[in-house]
Amino acid sequence: MSKHNNSVPLEYQGEENDLKIFGFWVFLGAEIVLFATLFTAYFTLVDRTGSGPTGVDLFELPPVILETFLLLTSSFTIGLGVHAMRLGRVKPMIVFYIITLILGAGFIAVEVDEFITYIYHEDATIQTSAFTSSLMTLLGTHGAHVSFGLLWGIAIIIQVAKHGINKRTANKAFIFSLYWHFLDVVWIFLFSFIYLKGMM
Amino acid sequence: MFTKMTMSEVFAPLKEPLIMGTAIGILVGVIAVVAGLTYFKLWGWLYTNYVKTVDHKKIGVMYIFVALLMLFKGGVEALLMRAQTAVPDNKLLNSEHYNEIFSTHGVLMIIFVAMPFLFGLFNVVIPLQIGARDVAFPRLNALSFWLFAMGAVLINVSFIIGGSPNAGWTSYFPLAGIEFNPGVNNNYYAWSLQISGLGTLMTGINFVTTIVKMRAPGMTWMKVPMFTWSSFIANIIIVFAFPVLTVALVMMTMDRQFGTKFFATEDGGMDMLWANIFWVWGHPEVYIVILPAFGVFSEVISTFARKNLFGYGSMVASMIIISLLSFLVWAHHFYTMGQNVAVNGVFSITTMLIAVPTGVKIFNWLLTMRHGRITFTTPMLYALGFIPIFTIGGVTGVMLAMASADYQYHNTLFLVAHFHYVLIPGTVFGVLAGYHFWWSKIFGFQLKDSIGKVGFWLIAIGFNVTFFPMFILGLDGYARRMYTYSAETGYGTLNMISFIGALVLALGFLALCYNIYYSVRHREELKVTGDPWDGRSLEWATHSPVPEYNFAVIPKISRLDEFWFAKKEGRDLQAGEIKDIHMPNDSAAPFWQSVVMGLASFFFVFNEIGIAIILGIVTLLFMAYRSFEIDNGRHIHVEEIEETERKLKETERQLRGDR
Repeated sequence: MSKHNNSVPLEYQGEENDLKIFGFWVFLGAEIVLFATLFTAYFTLVDRTGSGPTGVDLFELPPVILETFLLLTSSFTIGLGVHAMRLGRVKPMIVFYIITLILGAGFIAVEVDEFITYIYHEDATIQTSAFTSSLMTLLGTHGAHVSFGLLWGIAIIIQVAKHGINKRTANKAFIFSLYWHFLDVVWIFLFSFIYLKGMM
Repeated sequence: MFTKMTMSEVFAPLKEPLIMGTAIGILVGVIAVVAGLTYFKLWGWLYTNYVKTVDHKKIGVMYIFVALLMLFKGGVEALLMRAQTAVPDNKLLNSEHYNEIFSTHGVLMIIFVAMPFLFGLFNVVIPLQIGARDVAFPRLNALSFWLFAMGAVLINVSFIIGGSPNAGWTSYFPLAGIEFNPGVNNNYYAWSLQISGLGTLMTGINFVTTIVKMRAPGMTWMKVPMFTWSSFIANIIIVFAFPVLTVALVMMTMDRQFGTKFFATEDGGMDMLWANIFWVWGHPEVYIVILPAFGVFSEVISTFARKNLFGYGSMVASMIIISLLSFLVWAHHFYTMGQNVAVNGVFSITTMLIAVPTGVKIFNWLLTMRHGRITFTTPMLYALGFIPIFTIGGVTGVMLAMASADYQYHNTLFLVAHFHYVLIPGTVFGVLAGYHFWWSKIFGFQLKDSIGKVGFWLIAIGFNVTFFPMFILGLDGYARRMYTYSAETGYGTLNMISFIGALVLALGFLALCYNIYYSVRHREELKVTGDPWDGRSLEWATHSPVPEYNFAVIPKISRLDEFWFAKKEGRDLQAGEIKDIHMPNDSAAPFWQSVVMGLASFFFVFNEIGIAIILGIVTLLFMAYRSFEIDNGRHIHVEEIEETERKLKETERQLRGDR
């Protein structure tokens, strides 16, 4: 059932590419359930702080705003990267992907700093209470996804630089952009329901 | 945290004579297999044909092979449990060993028998039923299998090295927590389920994509064969339920090995959170293993009643309703554990609602058989046996669904009898029916029907003798997971009957094994054409054994049971021009990646975090290798296909002439 339809973007051309993009959407469905379960655990345990700090004690707005700015901007730049890819322009595409990863690395740096503050200045480790366990596991799972995305993104950039934009690399780069946007969406939920709600 | 065990602690389970004996038995077995493979120079054959394969048919066969091995182990555990409780105050097993055995029995039978057996059938049958050349992601499929296999290895190793899971297959906290369970036993539980669960999730994604995207031209949704439909729904449930298990197991590992407080008894932890999350996965899991079995029965009943399936649309609708409801019933597993009446009331109603679509399916099967010309083959016997026995399981399920009455049944053998009455006629009969039904598709010869029938009767009778007494014992207050009881309780007689039934079940299993031996030896006379049962769906349209590329020409579909009507009209579904066929390349990377991930899990179990992290990095390198690898697959050329087809058709002609 191979489709030789040239009216669709390069990354969808050929049966294999089409399957990979569909399969990745199904995978993202599974990822939504994964994060939903972690959120459920967090909402269940949010008030069970034991003798440790509460959200109001821990959360500070400036670093969180900075993280939000970095990650949301990176989602925009990867969108520009995919746009450049569709225009067939290798150099701008690589530049936008690199900017995306730098912003992602910035996000991770701020998040690591945030964790260090929790652990060394607020005496809140992952072992302190059910609240801190669920908080740090949820944030950590998202952070681990972003970190994995940095490695994955580097692999994509190297391949595009080496082979240019073809069916195979376009497909990989596009799927990576789906992943990156997804992490951005998860962050919006973390920002709203953990930080903003927790600071009230 | 990070307590390391001494060597004598690690091998402490071997002090038990029974385990020592088993360990020696396994060692001898492994040496025999290794020696045999070396003597017959089969290592290369095994490596190129199976370890490296990405062919869905071979992967399916390997799944079923592992499932049968694990069925043997789970079955031996069941026999040991029945033997221990056959007489009062028995000393065959001590309480700790009994705990380990009932815990691993549950884990093995659900995760390492029911699931792989079904995955084996998915792999063998689904691409053939929808007229595809392979699954959507053949390489990922191999990785799924090997990860699952490593999970199976891990849980079996636990018996000898360090100790097996011992807190029940549900592993409720706080019992499964580090406080009451300081050994490595439940680390094994978390890690073996984790890596096999990853494999399962990949399988789910793979088959959802395959079924959505790769159906033969013209096969619209209402023309999809029922086994593929039921498996499709099961795979969707997998995609939405298994991440819940992943998270639950991560939290378990964090609590046990990194000192977090999710399920702890202090610092705000909540042990009931585990029970809830576990069953949010656990209940849909039950439907993951039962729906494909329902699909097998639909195929088998319609084939051997020589009629199209009654109520196709209502079958599909009822499965969709079951899949939605499956996520809304989890709290019925713990009515007695503290929620209020309103919560129990809601879950009571959702649970009873599931009986409605299931009942619709039962009537559809009965009406399919009405006025049919039924032939009593082995698969059909399993399907026929399933209906009344499963109904008993269903009715007792509705009894258990009533929250107030459940206070009487909870955690008694009544419950144990109920779920065996659902899972054995449902899943086990289902996979065995499918196994006898589709065997010839892979190997080109059939299993001997008369031996299959002996197996069926031994299993059906043995099953009822084993489990029916448990209903009565349960109502009399016999709690599950009790390792012994005193003579005054009066439980002795029924337990003895149950033990005898278990022995009959074991004979049934031996009959299954003997049938493989007999049929392989007599394969020449049991040889059949591609369509031995006068089948209805596409898998029977190709040859047996199925050539590597499945179909020389992909058939076009215009209606349900296209193959059946094509036969009536004398049409050849594979008529048309043969073209080069694109196939995926084999690869050993999935196997080695799984070995590395299995080892990483093993070291994690023993808190050897350093080694585990290094192996984790190696896993990332495997993923990077896959990312950079350029794999364009290969082509099978027209001449080669025509040659294969000619030979296969020649054999078929001879077989038809023989009959």
